[in-house]
Amino acid sequence: MNWASWSDFFAMGGYAVYVWGSYGATIGLIIVETFLLRSRRRAALEQLGRSAMRGRA
Amino acid sequence: MSGKTTGDHGNQVGTALVIGSVNWFKYASPQAFYPLAGAMIPWFAWAAAACGIAGLYTGFFVAPTDHQQGESYRIIFIHVAAAWMSMFIYLVMAFWAGVGLVFNTRLSHMMATALAPTGALFTFIALWTGSLWGKPTWGTWWVWDARLTSELILLFLYFGFMALQAAIDEPRRADRAGAVLALVGVVNIPIIYFSVKWWNTLHQGASVSLTSAPTMAATMFSGMLLMALAAWMYSIAAALHRMRSIILERERGTDWVAQQARENRL
Repeated sequence: MNWASWSDFFAMGGYAVYVWGSYGATIGLIIVETFLLRSRRRAALEQLGRSAMRGRA
Repeated sequence: MSGKTTGDHGNQVGTALVIGSVNWFKYASPQAFYPLAGAMIPWFAWAAAACGIAGLYTGFFVAPTDHQQGESYRIIFIHVAAAWMSMFIYLVMAFWAGVGLVFNTRLSHMMATALAPTGALFTFIALWTGSLWGKPTWGTWWVWDARLTSELILLFLYFGFMALQAAIDEPRRADRAGAVLALVGVVNIPIIYFSVKWWNTLHQGASVSLTSAPTMAATMFSGMLLMALAAWMYSIAAALHRMRSIILERERGTDWVAQQARENRL
């Protein structure tokens, strides 16, 4: 085990800014992309729903 | 164009590629690909999560502290995976763009379009984490050396591809223009990859290559591979998901989309 405690873990040997800045940005961007993917799909399906309504009317 | 078309709603490729009694062009029709992609997405997404968790655990709790760089080296688990992915996605994107140009298959172009944003994402992550790694190890956030500059050009190639496609209203023309740009840009990939050999760069040489043993601890190496695998699985899931949206957007007027929308099967 590399870490004596959680605070030791979060300190990253003095490189916390660099290490957590890398991991945080990566995880954040992946969450953003997942969100964008979902909203694009929702928009495409809503558009289809609207045109189906028009077709029926 | 050669190859007879069967109308807008069917498979655009008249000539069938049959290998081992499987007609591979069957899946080149958006109608056949759409449910197939839908079935594959959860598998790749879960595989990505599993590899990611295993990779993070290995990277933070199993791999030892580096005797030269201390804990700052742990950025490697994201940085290398993202950098590999940024180059590989570009190659796959250019491949499908090329296939689309040669065979005139709509689905290939859609695949190239679906890959670009995820490729750009990994390119940005590679640059961002590289910058955060460069500061404590080199003393600078950025330097115009060959490796860093060519990776930045890769980011601009992805952006250029997306902007060009977005700027052209007619999808067929957008596809072709994007494909030409993607293929021309391929020349940048070997430049990125070999830049650390060809030029005297501040960026270190490859720690991992196909021809020699990795110059790092086995646990560091396995953490890196797990993270690379997670990046692969994530990219496939994301590209397939975007692909399905693109199919819905572009095939809006077709009978199969209209029918499946009515039956709530999309």
